[in-house]
Amino acid sequence: MKSLLPGAERPVVQFENVGMRYGLGPEVLSDVSFRIAPRSFQFLTGPSGAGKTTLLRLILLSARPTRGLVSIFGEEVSSISAKALTGLRRRMGVVFQDFRLLDHLTTYENVALPLRVQGRAETSYRAEVVELLRWVGLGERMHALPPLLSGGEKQRAAIARALIARPDLLLADEPTGNVDPGLGRRLLRLFLELNKLGTSVIIATHDFGIMDAVDARRMVLGDGRLRIEE
Amino acid sequence: MSSQATSRGRTLPPAGIPDPATPANLRRNAPLVPTDTTAGRSLAAVIAILTFLAGLCAGAAEMVAANAVQWQGDVAQEITIQIRPGPGRDVDADVARAATIAKAEPGIAETRVFSKAEAERLLEPWLGSGLDLSDLPVPRLIALRLGNTQSADLKGLRSRLVEALPGVASLDDHVLWLQRLSTAANAFVGIGVGLVVLVLIATGLAVTFATRGAMASNREVVEVLHFVGADDDYIARAFQRRFFGLGLRGGAIGAGVAILAFVLAGLLARAARSGPAGQEVEALFGAFHVGLRGYASVILIGVIASLVTGVVSRITVRRFLT
Repeated sequence: MKSLLPGAERPVVQFENVGMRYGLGPEVLSDVSFRIAPRSFQFLTGPSGAGKTTLLRLILLSARPTRGLVSIFGEEVSSISAKALTGLRRRMGVVFQDFRLLDHLTTYENVALPLRVQGRAETSYRAEVVELLRWVGLGERMHALPPLLSGGEKQRAAIARALIARPDLLLADEPTGNVDPGLGRRLLRLFLELNKLGTSVIIATHDFGIMDAVDARRMVLGDGRLRIEE
Repeated sequence: MSSQATSRGRTLPPAGIPDPATPANLRRNAPLVPTDTTAGRSLAAVIAILTFLAGLCAGAAEMVAANAVQWQGDVAQEITIQIRPGPGRDVDADVARAATIAKAEPGIAETRVFSKAEAERLLEPWLGSGLDLSDLPVPRLIALRLGNTQSADLKGLRSRLVEALPGVASLDDHVLWLQRLSTAANAFVGIGVGLVVLVLIATGLAVTFATRGAMASNREVVEVLHFVGADDDYIARAFQRRFFGLGLRGGAIGAGVAILAFVLAGLLARAARSGPAGQEVEALFGAFHVGLRGYASVILIGVIASLVTGVVSRITVRRFLT
């Protein structure tokens, strides 16, 4: 049920005065505070080196903040157990800039991975995976190993893998960076459609073309600080 | 496919009824950790070699132990009475008396008196033939074979002999020889077991290094598995399965080759035994026969090497992940 009061619902992601530095280096992020509401759609942008990837890593729980509070799905993550961490990660889908498909697994096996690691029997998700692969236009390529896929095909496989477990939060790092503008727009429509079905979406991008195509909140990082353009 | 496709409430075909459009030859469950890599093959080869060497040690130790038991049985079956000739004594009478005492003992199955000529012939290998030994005080021997059914009272026999023929007769039940043989055999078996343990430790260490290497080169795989929601236990199991598979392959090859080596050596030994030299060798070292227990221990070593591989890789992966 959608709340009548926006913001009254528990945010999917909440950062409060988060600071992050690597080792003894300068702070990559300083006093970053924001909330990601359920079913919201936003872009994360900023120049290279502004800290976009670090921010995504903090949300993905692959890095811990130096200071400040990070809550994911309402859970404060500073002293989270390994089991709870796995539980939170299963509610997120992520599309990496470099795809991170496993080269020794077929496209089908790569896309099925999030369901497989949950310990589900292969027969229970086979039809689902094949259906999604056809939907993203990889129906004929499900036997192929990633090194044989084109950039756009890898991109779609990575997106399908992020979507297959129907995450509550989707993070995509430069998802249109390796594809031609036409495919970029198609992928954007896919994300919007997913958002309509209830998933919160954060897209990290430099691409003003796709940002201008959608009227969505923009989180702009610059010099380690975050500015939000509603 | 419509947008309904990804909605949470969508219906799937019931389990067990395959989607007709699903390709039948789709590869579905390849191992999550790449298996057929150069490093993997090298590790399997190392495990195979180590298992082979450990198998040889175990088989040889088992063979020695079995032969030692047989020798001990043969030797313990025989005891000897020695009659020393003394000045003013009738040796033949002493021998006859000792033989009578021995025959009276219930546990003795057979008594064989070595004649003077036979006793002298026993010295031939040391003194040469054609010598007149009549002036030498050559001791006379009576060989006794113990019966299987009734145990002889050797202590009683010894005291009766010493009582009847003091300073002349002595009974040798080969206890010292048996002890030495048993010590030598036990030492050999101990060395064999020690070598097997060392080889297994070496296997464990090799696997530790290999697992660390594999984890480092599969860092990307581990990271992706974490991001798609795999927990540490799942990842550790995936690595363990892969390494157990490699260990099983290496262990099977090593144990198989070791068994083959024993079978071949056995056949060669059997062929060589037909000659007189072969018979002498067999008399000295015993038969070349590993036996079922030997083969079983070789197979067991293969299995243990695989298990060590699986367990060590799991521990290494868990340490790596935490």
